[in-house]
Amino acid sequence: MAHNTYNLKKEVEKKERLAGGHRLCAGCGAGVAVRGVLRALEPEDKAVVANATSCLEVSTFMYPYTAYEDSYIHTAFENAGATISGVEAAYKVLKKKGKINDTFKFIAFGGDGGTYDIGLQSLSGAMERNHDMVYVCYDNEAYMNTGIQRSSSTPRFADATTSPVGTVSPGKLQNKKNLTEIIAAHNIPYAAQTTFLGNFKDLHEKSKKAIYTKGAAFLNILAPCPRGWRYETEDLAEICRLAVDTCVWPMYEIENGKWKITYEPKKKLPVEEFLIKQGRFKHMFEPGNQWMIENTQQYVDDQWEKLQKRCK
Amino acid sequence: MTIRDRMSGNEAVAIAMKQMNPDVMGAFPITPSTEIPQYFSQYIADGLVDTEFVAVESEHSAMSACIGAAAAGARAVTATSSAGLAFMWELLYVAASSRLPITMAVVNRALSGPININNDHSDSMGARDSGWMQMYAETNQEVYDNFIQATLISEACRLPIMVCQDGFITSHGVSNIDLIEDEKVKEFVGTYEPENYLLKHENPLAVGPYGTSPYYMEIKRQQAQAMKDSMPVIIDVAKRFEEMTGRSYGFFEEYLMDDAEVALVIIGSSAGTGKEAVDRLRAEGKKVGLIKLRVFRPFPRIPLAEAMCKVKAVAIMDKAESFSNSGGPLFNEARNSLYDLPNKPYAVNYIYGLGGRDITVEDFYDIYQDLFVIYDNDDPGDVYRYIGVRDSRFI
Repeated sequence: MAHNTYNLKKEVEKKERLAGGHRLCAGCGAGVAVRGVLRALEPEDKAVVANATSCLEVSTFMYPYTAYEDSYIHTAFENAGATISGVEAAYKVLKKKGKINDTFKFIAFGGDGGTYDIGLQSLSGAMERNHDMVYVCYDNEAYMNTGIQRSSSTPRFADATTSPVGTVSPGKLQNKKNLTEIIAAHNIPYAAQTTFLGNFKDLHEKSKKAIYTKGAAFLNILAPCPRGWRYETEDLAEICRLAVDTCVWPMYEIENGKWKITYEPKKKLPVEEFLIKQGRFKHMFEPGNQWMIENTQQYVDDQWEKLQKRCK
Repeated sequence: MTIRDRMSGNEAVAIAMKQMNPDVMGAFPITPSTEIPQYFSQYIADGLVDTEFVAVESEHSAMSACIGAAAAGARAVTATSSAGLAFMWELLYVAASSRLPITMAVVNRALSGPININNDHSDSMGARDSGWMQMYAETNQEVYDNFIQATLISEACRLPIMVCQDGFITSHGVSNIDLIEDEKVKEFVGTYEPENYLLKHENPLAVGPYGTSPYYMEIKRQQAQAMKDSMPVIIDVAKRFEEMTGRSYGFFEEYLMDDAEVALVIIGSSAGTGKEAVDRLRAEGKKVGLIKLRVFRPFPRIPLAEAMCKVKAVAIMDKAESFSNSGGPLFNEARNSLYDLPNKPYAVNYIYGLGGRDITVEDFYDIYQDLFVIYDNDDPGDVYRYIGVRDSRFI
């Protein structure tokens, strides 16, 4: 593991495994997540990438063009976990039979819709069976591909098209599901939360651990969506930094049952700083809606405190 | 030397799978197919096969895992029934359109609701437009023989295949069976050597694209062509199988059809009951026959129509409703196939056996009598009929 030698400049010199020219939006986190994860593969290792139906899928593999240098499979929305399980099972047996000599790694990507919601069962099965694979959720907190409908990952008060803000509704009524904890409860060897921060060291190291830990691993990557969150495309990195520094999106990992916060904000910022940059939370700053911000702050504080206790 | 044994249809399928030694099995238990993955898991536990068993949490994932495995270059098998097959429905289309050969044992069972565990064909008939090939069996022997042929056909055509048998009737009914020696089966089925697969050393492969309007239709047309082209493959494999075993198979079996005046067209185990009625009527000097359809997908439109044209009236038997108000799925396709022929027989439909409702020799006897009435009166009457239903309004 290259803990002390991480060098972004060197890393980006590696051959890209997700080629440019895909059709993702400017300022979208999905492509950044995929490139970041795949960069952690040793160049000599091969990979099979599986993908849940998503923005990522329709933007990176539109017939007859694929953006992936590696083998790739998409079958449906809710089954990336099961699909990659089958690929990994095939690899095991074909390797045993001497039909394959290469080293392959198995990485599935799904959005929060395909992971927190419709694909949760399939993912849970794959994690429980402990296939030698990584499941990566690029979490943009709503069904962006179909037009910004709420998911169980959408945070409370966010304005989404099936949880719209209206005269009698403050946006989404429920809190965000904690998927990383759910997956950690499968007692898999490695699970982590990360996002794009600074020189991508956290994302890189967690991806490397996830890929090269034997057995099932899970990465939850906050991957903002400029259309759904309504921020300026150039603000992607800033939004991620604010998510982390407000503790809205804590960076942590669970390695063989040991919980560890991997980034402690020097100064924990108030949630407003994260919220105010995004159109989906605009109504929270209107007169009379201060309670929404207070409620969000309280929720984030409680979650952060709970996490700190687990990591002691 | 043939191995004489006696066993259930489920065990026969499990043994066929063991003899083939597939690479991956992804399966989830559901009555009445549960025994298949159960027997097979024991073979794995006893080191008799090299297969990776993916003990998935649902049939949806079973089919997903089989698709992943087949795309990766592995020979993949599974088994299911009823709601399990219905739960796979979305992925059936994905498997077929990705042109992946997967062999699936379908132990036919009624679909809910109300929930019912007994046999009819509504599950696989519901999947008839999914792009899978479908074979059906009358006996345990046929289930076993079909399964061994199916994988070869599927791989040659690059289309997935369902090997169907009747839940409980053959799946659990124990009967005599001739098994083929392991070595012979291994040689017959060979190994799966796809041209392109995800784990290929030379080049990567991308499977499952977003297929927009400029491409989608060609992909569908190619699937349709593959189904068309599978007809001679089915016959070739049957010929090779006959050379090995002496047992002969085609798209359908004709039972005493040469001089028959009226006939049944039927799928599955009830053909055995039908044949008993034929024998009784023949003993009375009545010229009756029976056509048992083995291959429903591809639908053998032309040869089946020719066989039906030997008689003056046919009763097309459906063990599935389609709620179309114009008869069951077999009726619609079989009757349709007669349309262009000049001397076509009368064709009527009987829906029978839903949810495991018994059909007896006497029922078939009555159907043959009905056919003679149609023939004598030159009038088919209402062509969409039920048999074996208790409510007298619906007979």
